[in-house]
Amino acid sequence: MQVLYFASIREQFDIEGEQIECTADTANVQALIDFLCEIHGEPWGKVLGDPNLLVSVNQELASLDAPLSASDEIAFFPPVTGG
Amino acid sequence: MKRFVSIQTEDFSIELETNQLRTATPEVGGIATFTGLVSDLNRDQKIESLLLEHYPGMTEKQLEQIIDQAQLRWNLLGVRVIHRVGLLHPRDQIVFVGVSSRHRKECFEACQFIMDYLKTQATIWKKESSQEKSEWLSARESDRIEQQKW
Repeated sequence: MQVLYFASIREQFDIEGEQIECTADTANVQALIDFLCEIHGEPWGKVLGDPNLLVSVNQELASLDAPLSASDEIAFFPPVTGG
Repeated sequence: MKRFVSIQTEDFSIELETNQLRTATPEVGGIATFTGLVSDLNRDQKIESLLLEHYPGMTEKQLEQIIDQAQLRWNLLGVRVIHRVGLLHPRDQIVFVGVSSRHRKECFEACQFIMDYLKTQATIWKKESSQEKSEWLSARESDRIEQQKW
């Protein structure tokens, strides 16, 4: 699955995104967050643990229990500030 | 209803956009537009530039959904939404929302509705730079309250 990061989150991680293999460890968004924190360490834990964090799955806002599959595009971003 | 959505780095012309709405159909009785600009002052900080980033694909999809919702509430003839991204400076145009309808009330309300939703839902982020620092802006509670009034 494709994981994307935007704005302040992209800057803190210093990557725009990454390809993550879909396994039993990444069955839903929360599991994916736990997996990313485990493989990267900090600052992933702190940033992805932020209660204001927003997540989308296939470009639709999603909750932490949203199920994931191999072809999904998941994005993590802060609250929006356009306009 | 004719609609146009664009996320772009290039500037836009309010006159050209308004003309597109005006000439689209002879039914048009009024047009309301809003243009957002880069202001040189935010929270008493002198702003030198604004960097805008968005989520390509998702932003356009969300704007289309916002227009769908507006269309369900009001009888609209045309909607044009343009949002710029990239590096902008004070006085630059950031966003344009133009709405045409038969009557002014629908134009005014739909234009404000689209802006209120755009500000709280479209995946766009601003990073502000002053002489002292650069920082990503935080979402404003006041914007969320405005959106929830609808």
